[in-house]
Amino acid sequence: MAKVTFRTDLCKGCGLCVSACPKGILAIDAEQINKKGYSPAVMTDQEQCIGCAFCATMCPDCIITVEK
Amino acid sequence: MAIVFEKPKALTDTVLHYCPGCPHGIIHRLVAEAIDELGIEGKTIGVAPVGCAVMAYDYFACDMIEAAHGRAPAVATGIKRCRPDNVVFTYQGDGDLASIGMAETVHAAARNENITVIFVNNAIYGMTGGQMAPTSLPGQVTQTSPYGRDVNHCGWPIKVCEMLSTLEGPEYITRVAVNNVKNVNSAKKAIKKAFQNQIEGKGFSLVEVVSACPTNWGMTPQKALEWVQSDMLPYYPIGVYKDRTAAKEAEGK
Repeated sequence: MAKVTFRTDLCKGCGLCVSACPKGILAIDAEQINKKGYSPAVMTDQEQCIGCAFCATMCPDCIITVEK
Repeated sequence: MAIVFEKPKALTDTVLHYCPGCPHGIIHRLVAEAIDELGIEGKTIGVAPVGCAVMAYDYFACDMIEAAHGRAPAVATGIKRCRPDNVVFTYQGDGDLASIGMAETVHAAARNENITVIFVNNAIYGMTGGQMAPTSLPGQVTQTSPYGRDVNHCGWPIKVCEMLSTLEGPEYITRVAVNNVKNVNSAKKAIKKAFQNQIEGKGFSLVEVVSACPTNWGMTPQKALEWVQSDMLPYYPIGVYKDRTAAKEAEGK
């Protein structure tokens, strides 16, 4: 199983990872607000993650670490 | 579990000041990954531009110098000639490289200076608030072309790769994009090759990266990347415009 971790405090909520995810399991969590004042991206279903790192490839702020 | 993706070591921990969804962050990472993979962080000297990427000197872990507007290739020429063992790259936007710095760029290419130039083309002046750039598309609405760029009045956008590839001088001229995962991966290969060329002493390598500016285009980050695909790439087609070594090898066969 793959694992994706976000440095949530640095997320600017641009959503490029959300649209890049082939499994559609990332989302912008409108309930949360991080230190920078943005609603960050979150993983909604870790079990389905295939560790393709597409999200990290498109993340402009380099906040995503992918393990597999 | 093994780590398959993490922040490259050649990027510092400084938080990027770029707007949400700005591809500058992706391009910074690609440059840092190339530096990491070639193991040249200790001997690399970067030259930062004027423009949105002006604070690149805070983000790269290698030595950095800030050049006057557009003069990065001239500064890089000086550094490389004084310190030929160091790897020297410039990181410039379209307002920097294609406007005020056009002379420096063309002449550095014509002299085949052994430097690497990363040219970020987002068709607008980002830092100053979205004015028309030399690379703005015909009909593109900007702060200074509110009815769209009129080519009869403002002229046509400059295709830097096509223009430089007509020179005898440069070794490697290519255009890539960062609007989707596939293009980001090819951009990474091109940037790494541009650094490799310099290490092998082949000469001037320029990688034009077609990028986006969601804030000044007035689009969401997703919509901006779609606009890159639908409007920018037809005018600025991706591809290798000059690769002298590959051309020589092809001739030899």
